[in-house]
Amino acid sequence: MPVAIAIVVLVIGSIAFHWLSPWWQTPLAADWGSIDSALRITIAICAVVFVLLNLFLAYSLWRFRHRPGRRARFEPENAALEKGLTFWTAVGIAAMLAPGLVAWGRFVTIPKDAAVVEAVGQQWQWSFRFPGADRALGTAAVQYMTPENPLGLNPNDPFGRDDIIVEASELHLPVGEPVKMVLRSKDVLHDFYVPEFRAKMDLVPGMVTYFWMKPTRAGKYDILCAELCGSGHYVMRGSVIVESRKAFDAWLSGQQAFGQTITGAAPEVNAAAPAHVEGGPATGHGEQH
Amino acid sequence: MATTIADDLRPMHHPKTWAGKYVWSQDHKVIAIQYSLTAIAVGLVALVLSVLMRLQLGFPGAYSGITPENYLQYVSMHGMIMVVYLLTALLLGGFGNYLIPLMVGARDMVFPFVNMLSYWIYLLSVVVLLSGFFVPGGPTGAGWTLYPPQAISEGTPGHQWGIVTMLVSLAIFVVAFTMGGLNYVTTVLQARTRGMTLMRMPLSVWGIFIASIMGLLAFPALFVAAVMMLLDHLAGTSFFMPAMQSMGQTSQTMGGSPILFQHLFWFFGHPEVYIVALPAFGIVSDLISVHARKNIFGYRMMVWAIVIIGGLSFVVWAHHMYVSGMNPYFGYFFATSTLIIAIPTAIKVYNWLLTLWRGDIHLRVPMLFALGFIFTFIHGGLSGLFLGNVSVDVPLSDTFFVVGHFHMVMGVSPILVIFGAIYHWYPKITGRMWNDALGKIHFWITFLGVYVIYLPMHYIGILGVPRRYYALGETGFIPQSVHTANEMISIAAFVVFAGQAVFFYNMIHSYFWGPKAEPNPWGAASLEWQTPETPPGHGNWGAHLPIVYRWAYDYSVPGAARDFIPQTEPPS
Amino acid sequence: MSLIARLAEKSWQNPGIDGRSDPADYRPPAAKVGLVAFMGVATVIFTLLSAAYLMRMGIHGNMGHGTAGDWRPLPKPPQLWINTGLLALGCLAWEAARRLARSGEAAPMRSAAALGNGLGVLFLLGQLLLWRHYQAGGYFLAANPANAFFYLLTALHGLHLAGGVIAGLHAPYPPAGGHDARLRIQLCAIYWHFLLLVWIVLLVLLLST
Repeated sequence: MPVAIAIVVLVIGSIAFHWLSPWWQTPLAADWGSIDSALRITIAICAVVFVLLNLFLAYSLWRFRHRPGRRARFEPENAALEKGLTFWTAVGIAAMLAPGLVAWGRFVTIPKDAAVVEAVGQQWQWSFRFPGADRALGTAAVQYMTPENPLGLNPNDPFGRDDIIVEASELHLPVGEPVKMVLRSKDVLHDFYVPEFRAKMDLVPGMVTYFWMKPTRAGKYDILCAELCGSGHYVMRGSVIVESRKAFDAWLSGQQAFGQTITGAAPEVNAAAPAHVEGGPATGHGEQH
Repeated sequence: MATTIADDLRPMHHPKTWAGKYVWSQDHKVIAIQYSLTAIAVGLVALVLSVLMRLQLGFPGAYSGITPENYLQYVSMHGMIMVVYLLTALLLGGFGNYLIPLMVGARDMVFPFVNMLSYWIYLLSVVVLLSGFFVPGGPTGAGWTLYPPQAISEGTPGHQWGIVTMLVSLAIFVVAFTMGGLNYVTTVLQARTRGMTLMRMPLSVWGIFIASIMGLLAFPALFVAAVMMLLDHLAGTSFFMPAMQSMGQTSQTMGGSPILFQHLFWFFGHPEVYIVALPAFGIVSDLISVHARKNIFGYRMMVWAIVIIGGLSFVVWAHHMYVSGMNPYFGYFFATSTLIIAIPTAIKVYNWLLTLWRGDIHLRVPMLFALGFIFTFIHGGLSGLFLGNVSVDVPLSDTFFVVGHFHMVMGVSPILVIFGAIYHWYPKITGRMWNDALGKIHFWITFLGVYVIYLPMHYIGILGVPRRYYALGETGFIPQSVHTANEMISIAAFVVFAGQAVFFYNMIHSYFWGPKAEPNPWGAASLEWQTPETPPGHGNWGAHLPIVYRWAYDYSVPGAARDFIPQTEPPS
Repeated sequence: MSLIARLAEKSWQNPGIDGRSDPADYRPPAAKVGLVAFMGVATVIFTLLSAAYLMRMGIHGNMGHGTAGDWRPLPKPPQLWINTGLLALGCLAWEAARRLARSGEAAPMRSAAALGNGLGVLFLLGQLLLWRHYQAGGYFLAANPANAFFYLLTALHGLHLAGGVIAGLHAPYPPAGGHDARLRIQLCAIYWHFLLLVWIVLLVLLLST
C-alpha cells in the first residue's frame, strides 16, 4: 500500500513543484515565442499523460492488491482497447510534433533582410565580426591567423577589408532587427548560447554554421558556451547588449575595421578572392559574392 | 515425457578442476556471474565519480582537490562506464548470459568457448579503461561523447594518453560484445527446446534478443569511430580533424569533419539507449506479470513493439545533433521518426499498467522495483518528447534538462529493473533468500532518492543552466535558488549512494547465511524456475531437456488448480 | 511457417506440442547462423566506413557549405587487379573444396582448401606490396584522407581475411565430436565469397572516386 500512496504523493508533489519552483524559462528576449509555445504545448500534453498514467497505476495497485482468495483475471489481449490507445497516442504525438515542426520551419528559414554578424569562438573566449559597408563578410581561413589577424581574415579579399573586428567578448545588437549569426570556431567545438534568445547553434571548426533571431528586448544578456570545449568550458563567457539602433551605430563606429589593423595596400576588387580557400574553411557566403 | 531430442545426445564436458569450474568456465551461468560482478565493480567506480561530481556541483570551491580538469574527467568516465561497461555488460553479458539458455530450455550457449572469450576480453577492456586513471595526464575529459577535435586537442584533460586508453578499451569492448552478441542471437534462434516457439518465449528473452541484434549492428559504428580517431591522434590523419589553431598553434591537420564523428557516434549511441532499455523492458514485463499473478497484457503487441522500437532506433540518431551544425533540414525527418518511436514505447507502458489491472498484486521487493521503474520511465519517456521535438530541443539541448532526462530514462529506470531482477532471480542463482526488510529499505531510499535528484534538474535545465559546467559562476539569469537546489540534489545523491550499502550487505550476507530458497518461490511459470536443481547445475536440465507445452504467462488460468501453470506442464 | 505467421501466433491458445517437430530436424546448424550474424557485423563495419568515405569526400555539404576540397585520389596501379585476381582464384579454390567435401572426396578437398589458403596468403602479401608501392610513391597514411581511408579499409579487410585463413587452416581437420569437415568447409567457402564481395565493393569505391 505505501507504494500506491507514494506514487500519488509524487504526482501531487511534481505538480506542486512545477507551480512553486522558482525555475522556469528566462524572460524571452528574441522573437522565438513559437519555440516557447511548442514547449508549453508539449509540457501540457505530457503533464496530462503523466498524471493520468500514474494515478491509474496507483489506483490499480490499491484496488487489485493481494488479499486472501483473490485471483487475477486471465486476459491475454484486447485488440479494440489496444488499437484505441495507439490511435489516441498518435493523436497526442501529432499535436506535439506539429507546432514543433512549424517552429522549426521558421528556425531554418533565414529572412532576406537579416543582417550578418559573425561570432568566432576559441578556447575560451568570444570575438565578433560585422560586415562593413559592402554588407558582406570577407573570406577567412586558419592559415591567415596571426597575432595581428586573430580571426584569420584573408588579407587579399577586398570584401574583408571593411569588416569590423570586435575582439572584446561584448557583442552589441540593434533591437528589433533580424540578425543571421554566422558561427566559426578556431579550434574545437563550441556553442553560441544566450538563454534569453532560446536559439543556439554549435560552432564547428572547419565549417561555418548559422542560425537567426530577432532580438526583441533591450538589455544585457550572458553568452555561454554550451558545447564542451575543454577545461575552461565553464568560463567561456561573453555578453550581448541589445540596444536601440542609434546606440548600436554609435558603438559600431567606435570599432576598428580590418583594413585599419593590418599593414599593406588594399587589393583591387577584381583580384578575385577564391570562394573556397584551400586548407581551411571559407566563410564567405555564396549570396554575398 | 522421455522423448529424446538431438541435443541430449551431445556429450557434456564437466570441468574437473576448481579453476575450470569458476575461472576458465564455459558454463553460461558462471560467465554471467563473472560479467555481472565485473560490471558492478566498475559501476561502483563510476558511482564514486558521480559522488565527486556532486560534491563539486553542490559545494563549489569547498573541495579544492577537484580541479576543472578532474571534474571533466569524472563526467566523462562516469558516463562511459555507466552506459557501456555497466549497463550494457550487465544487462546483456550478465542477464543475457544467465537467462537465455535457462529461459529457452538450452543446456548452454551454442558457442561456449567464444562465450568465455567474450568475458575475458571484456575484462581486458575494463582493465585498459581503468588504466586511464594511471597514465600521465589522467583519463580523458572530453565527455562520454568524446567529440573531436577537443578529445584529442590541447585544452582537454587526458587528450594525450587518457583518450588512447579510452578508445582502445572501447574497441576491445566491441570485440568482446560481438562475441557475446553472436552467442545470444544464435542461441535464441538455434537452441530453443522442443515446443518453445518464438511466441512462447518470455519477454525477457525477446528484449535481450532484439537488443543483441541491435548491439551487433550498432557497436561497429563505435568501433569504426574509435579506430579512426586513434589514427587521427596517433598517425596524424585527418578523418575528423579540420584545420585549426589551438592555443596559438596551427595544426597540421585539415579538412576533417567533426560532424562525421558525431554521425558515427550517434549511429551507435542512439541504438545503445535501446540496447539498454529493451532488456529492461523485457525483464520488467516478466517481473510485473509474475508478481501480479496475471499474464502480461497484450503479449503479441509487446513483442511487436520491441521489434519495431529496435528497427526504428536506427533512424533517429541525429536527434542528438539538432544544434550540431548538420544540415538543418534533417531536423524534420529526425524529429518525426523520433516522435513516432514514442508510440510503441507508450504501448508498452499501457500494457504494463493493464497487466496490473484486475491482477492479484503481491508487493514483494522485485515488484516494488518494477513499479518504481514504471514511474521513472513514464517521467523520463515524456521528457524525451521535449528533446526529440526538434525546435523544443533548441533551448534545452546541452542543459541540465538533458541530464535529468537521460538519467531518468536510461540511468535510473534500467537500474531499478536491474535491482528488481537481482532480487527476483537471486533465489534461483544462489539458492538462498535475501532479507525482505532490508530489500524494502533499499527500494525506498533508491526510488524516492533518485526522484529528488533528477526532477529538479529538468527545471534547472528549462531555466537554461548548461551541463558539463565545473562551476556556474556569475551570470545574470541563474538565481541563488539554483545553488541551493544543487546542494539539495547533492545531499540526496549522497543518501542514495550510502543506501546502496544496504543492498550489498543484504546480497553478501544472504549468500552465506540467508535461508534456503525454494526452487520456485514466486510461483513463476517460465522455464528457468523449473530446473531440477537450484541453483541449476552444469547443463541446466539433468538428463533430459524440458519440453515446452505452453507460453510463459499461464497465470490465473480459469479452471486451473493453482494460479500458475509451468511451461513444462502438458495439457490435461 | 513464415516469420510473420510465427510472430502472429496466439501462443496462449492450444497448449501442447502437436504439430511441432523436434527442432533439430529443421534448424540450420548453429555455426552457420553464427557466421551469417558475423557477416552482418562485418557488413555494417564496411558500410559505415564507405558512408564515412563519401561524407569525407564532401558528397554532401554541411549546412549548405562545401568541405575544404582536400581530397586527392590515389593512382590505380595494376597491383590492384593482380590482387583482385588472387582473391577471386582463392574463392574458386574454396568453392571447389566445398563441392569436393559435399561429394565426400577428402584428399582432393584438402588440397583445394590448402590452395585457397595459399591464395589468401598471397593476396595479403600482394596487399602489403601495394602498400609499399604507395609508400614509395609518397602516398603516406597521413598525407591525404583518400590515403587514410585506403589504408584503413584494406587493413580491416585484410584482418578479416587473415581470420578466414586461420579458420581455413583448421577447417579440413575437424576434432572428434565436433561438426564434420563438410560443414566447416562450406562455412569457409561462404566467408571467402563474402570477403570477395566486400573487396569488389571497396574496389569499385576506390576506382570510382
